[in-house]
Amino acid sequence: MSAVRTFVDLLGGRRDPAALAPRDWDGVIGVARSEAMLATLAHRLAEADLPPAVAALFADQRAAAKVAQRQALWEAEMARRALAPAGIEFVLLKGAAYAAADMSCAAGRQIGDLDILVLAHDIRRTENLLLKAGWEWVKSDPYDDAYYRQHMHELPPMIHKARDRMIDVHHTILPRTHRITPDALALVGDAVTSSAGFAVLNPADMACHCAAHMLADGDLQGGLRNLWDFHTMTRDFAAADPGYWGQLDGRAALHGLQGAVHRAARLSRDLYGTALPSGWDRQEPSDVWFRRRLFARDDWGRVTEPLLEQAFYIRSHWLRMPPAMLAKHLWTKWRKR
Amino acid sequence: MRHRLRIAVGPVQFRIGSDWAEPVAALARLYAGYPQDDARPAEATVRLFAARPWRRWLRPSVHIGGDFVVPDALPLPLSMGLLAAEMGMNLQVALGWRRHMLLHASAVAKNGRALIMSGESGSGKSTLAALLGEGDWRLMGDEFTLIDPAGGDAFAFPRAVSLKNEAIAEIAARVDPSRLGPLLAATPKGDIRHLIPRTDAVAAMHEPAHPALLLFPRFGGETAIEPMGEGEAFVRLTEASTNYVALGEAGFAALTRLVRETPAFGISYPDSAAGMALVEQLWAEAAK
Repeated sequence: MSAVRTFVDLLGGRRDPAALAPRDWDGVIGVARSEAMLATLAHRLAEADLPPAVAALFADQRAAAKVAQRQALWEAEMARRALAPAGIEFVLLKGAAYAAADMSCAAGRQIGDLDILVLAHDIRRTENLLLKAGWEWVKSDPYDDAYYRQHMHELPPMIHKARDRMIDVHHTILPRTHRITPDALALVGDAVTSSAGFAVLNPADMACHCAAHMLADGDLQGGLRNLWDFHTMTRDFAAADPGYWGQLDGRAALHGLQGAVHRAARLSRDLYGTALPSGWDRQEPSDVWFRRRLFARDDWGRVTEPLLEQAFYIRSHWLRMPPAMLAKHLWTKWRKR
Repeated sequence: MRHRLRIAVGPVQFRIGSDWAEPVAALARLYAGYPQDDARPAEATVRLFAARPWRRWLRPSVHIGGDFVVPDALPLPLSMGLLAAEMGMNLQVALGWRRHMLLHASAVAKNGRALIMSGESGSGKSTLAALLGEGDWRLMGDEFTLIDPAGGDAFAFPRAVSLKNEAIAEIAARVDPSRLGPLLAATPKGDIRHLIPRTDAVAAMHEPAHPALLLFPRFGGETAIEPMGEGEAFVRLTEASTNYVALGEAGFAALTRLVRETPAFGISYPDSAAGMALVEQLWAEAAK
């Protein structure tokens, strides 16, 4: 069995880690690192019977993830201190939000940039306040800068000059030019307060954003991790609230994300064993391509299907902008190579 | 991958995969005397690969990959495949290891106590460590020294020593030729030749040593010793550590303790003999 399938089965609880041979672990650890999920696996198998070297490596990973999470929440606090005095409130997104809400997918999850969502009319002021507080531009290219401002759902990325950490300031969750336009006002307006005191998306919107990020915007880079987020959050939300799947359906319809959310749910069932209610628990032939893309890694952590990877990359751009604009964009990018 | 090898250096178990036989054969010779434990899973993966299939044969160029990748790193010609492997191993440790605080520093030990030498490449820290390691010191490593955040002990990472330029002849004159790797001439880092550490240094690679002396060598110029304050040593070592920030509070505590408990000096020396004499002199005082 391939390492990536073993890895997914370990996360899904379908395989006994004690039955793995040392060479199986080589591949599992390699794949987990390639997916930036080694600490996630370390948490999932925290109670398992493991070879001593694996147990020691996993303990390192859990400790390191705890530090990284603390640093990520500190970064969120820095943004709050820069924006709160001017009355700008923001909603935390993705990794930092999961950590702030102490969700189970946060255990060991890598958190890259700080992603925040503000109301569209606050975006200029947010930018100025962050610049004053020590963040600066990363991209110096005028085309990229203009492209972000005109067409994207976020400001060009900024980095803090002293702490060397990036912040992505969003005003919605999909590019302006995307075929789907989520209701950004509803996302911010219906946000909830997390245990750490930061605003985060409400449970249904959080799963919508997770699915949108993975399937409507992205090219499935990091798909296994996003899908793990989706699996654990829907499982926990549904356990706490029997009406959860119904609310999720309603919010997905509001944002125009029903296709992405339902596909995420099916993939999450197929890979990690999410229990879906009737109405969700269907089969869709095109899912096979998504599963193939998610499993496209060899035992050395390399992408095995470059054509499929390329196809998903093109798909993500195809969804992001109308054809004429896409052609112009790719032409400009190609000429600048 | 087509060609593969497992190597354990200090606490790190590597697996190395390559599209070519040559780098793996060269590594296998350098690391033949290192312990092999097939039951141990690999913690770090290094890949040496051709970016396009035909580049395996046509002007073969070795790209360095693995668990962690530097996006714009330039490939090396196949003749420098051994250097690519070394850089790949360093990269995985520098970016992936979390059990210890990593210092970009060489180290040698005597009687269970460690001398740690930190400096830029060209400072002579590798050469001094190699020379001391041929005397009555145990070579702990020429590239990384690992500090245990819990107990403050130094742990060894005795990879094959990367000798550069003038140091090659200096060491070659003292050791058995069978302990030297092939000459890699005119690499981006100058001429390079690897030295296989002594058998006893490899055998003792899991033994900790408590830090007793910190030196910041500078090759060239008059012989000089400059005592260094805790603050300066601290700042220099944060710059020399690849995972200080990632370790958070544990890294701060480990480094604070290291500079508080360990005397530190900057040293300048015109040649290796003078450098070694300085080291022995300062060690005699520090180890009292």
